[in-house]
Amino acid sequence: MQKAIDTSAICKRFGNTTALSNISFSVNESEVFGFIGPDGAGKTTLMRIITTLMLPDSGDINVLGKNCRTEFKELRKEIGYMPGRFSLYQDLSVEENLEFYATVFGTSVKENYDLIYDIYSHIEPFKKRLAGKLSGGMKQKLALSCALIHKPRLLVLDEPTTGVDAVSRSEFWDMLGKLRQYNITILVSTPYMDEAMRCDRVALIQNGNLLAIDTPGEVRNGYGRKLFSVKSADKYKLIIALRSLNETITSFPFGESVHVTFKNDRIPENLNSLLQNQGINDALTEETEAGIEDRFLELMQTAGPSFVKTTEGKAARQ
Amino acid sequence: MRKKVIEVENLVKRFGHFTANDNLTFEVYEGEIFGFLGANGAGKTTAIRILSGLSSPTSGKVKVAGFDSGKQAEKIKKNIGYMCQKFSLYEDLTVKENIMLYGGIYGLSRSQIAERTGILLDKLRFREYENKLISELPLGLRQKLSFSVAVLHEPKIVFLDEPTGGVDPITRRQFWEMIYETAASGITVFVTTHYMDEAEYCDRISIMNEGRIVALDTPGNLKKQYNVSSVEEVFIKIARPDASHPPAPSPGSG
Repeated sequence: MQKAIDTSAICKRFGNTTALSNISFSVNESEVFGFIGPDGAGKTTLMRIITTLMLPDSGDINVLGKNCRTEFKELRKEIGYMPGRFSLYQDLSVEENLEFYATVFGTSVKENYDLIYDIYSHIEPFKKRLAGKLSGGMKQKLALSCALIHKPRLLVLDEPTTGVDAVSRSEFWDMLGKLRQYNITILVSTPYMDEAMRCDRVALIQNGNLLAIDTPGEVRNGYGRKLFSVKSADKYKLIIALRSLNETITSFPFGESVHVTFKNDRIPENLNSLLQNQGINDALTEETEAGIEDRFLELMQTAGPSFVKTTEGKAARQ
Repeated sequence: MRKKVIEVENLVKRFGHFTANDNLTFEVYEGEIFGFLGANGAGKTTAIRILSGLSSPTSGKVKVAGFDSGKQAEKIKKNIGYMCQKFSLYEDLTVKENIMLYGGIYGLSRSQIAERTGILLDKLRFREYENKLISELPLGLRQKLSFSVAVLHEPKIVFLDEPTGGVDPITRRQFWEMIYETAASGITVFVTTHYMDEAEYCDRISIMNEGRIVALDTPGNLKKQYNVSSVEEVFIKIARPDASHPPAPSPGSG
């Protein structure tokens, strides 16, 4: 099967900063692929290279079977790109923006209307409104409509859900899911670990390195130890107390509870009395499943900065 | 009985015919981590502007740190701190200069600034960075510094806007530990965020919808009440109850 994106050993530096070091991965056709990583990890740089807006210093990259260095002109016609910052014309109306993008790509709104219907119908009642006057969620829907209007084979979305409320975020992911039926490959980035679960496969990115590439489920399964959740009304005291125990390996706050790993992967027999000695009388401990964020944290701690692990089970240290 | 640091009773704020805050009543306690949630346009920003003395209510009683929001706004400002993720520190000033600047703005004396700068730099293990420009610091360190600067004047309440959005998971946990420590010292932490996984860290959360508070409890109780496993699901169920019935029909075949 042809890969929608195929990269090998991509490097990119800006002055003394290494933005990407030896990035190799591929994205299958029609898959929803997520770049998951914090601000400054290199997600945007990688997307700019994939969309032919920037060249890597070294390494090979093919997108939709075309070489990004030599065939960028043909390639650009087949890519829809939604940058992280709202980049539509604020002083054009909703409708004008959409028509503009359609015209630039030599098509019309009518021709591909079915593709954007599900998204655009939410904002169509406001089609005469200036883009600059839209709410965050509506801007996002317009930007997605514009990125889709030429029926691209690859859709690249840079942090589409940043700054958007939880309801709109959830709706947005539902919309991306519906685009599957059109066989569009979707590459999407997010700093929010919980969104990884909405992707077919994800790449965890940190400091210009890939920490892992796999399905979200397998990424979670990769967690190396048994993970326990401990709850108490006084979380701060609890973290400190847990960390002071010999049996504890790691102890981190995680939402309502504290996520802990213990030596021998089991709850120390006298845990409650050890905690009581430190003034915690209400501790409730149970085994819990590791999430993407737990795994990301573990990889950051154990894998080291330049460790690359892929689905194929290959591991390489460059 | 725990001390109340924010007391809001029947707060109403109108802009012309538009009611941004429609009869809000809630209390926040000393040392509490309180999450203030709501969809875009629900009225959070309006309420926070009133709580921080930047705007006064149309009617109702709002007391912050013991001061009346309408009449004693300047006193409120001296007793609160604020940090938002997007902007907090001046990138072209050094770490030390930023601390001095904020100390000065918050009205600390020279000797207080000198003393607290030292404590802060040691606590954050920031001595090696003190003369570095903010633009040279990694994002995670900037976040920690901007939080520390926001509580430099030992306010009663610190307002945080999406405090850990976009930071890596390790920094994020260190950051929450700083927040817990701050709360344990008696400072109330008032968090606004769109990210429901951040809400999970709060002691109590309120959810606003169309100018009203529609839920207020601990994350655990709300999850139990709505029989779901995350605050995100609670939020989606109540912040926009019609969200499960999108207005658009499915695309037709032609």
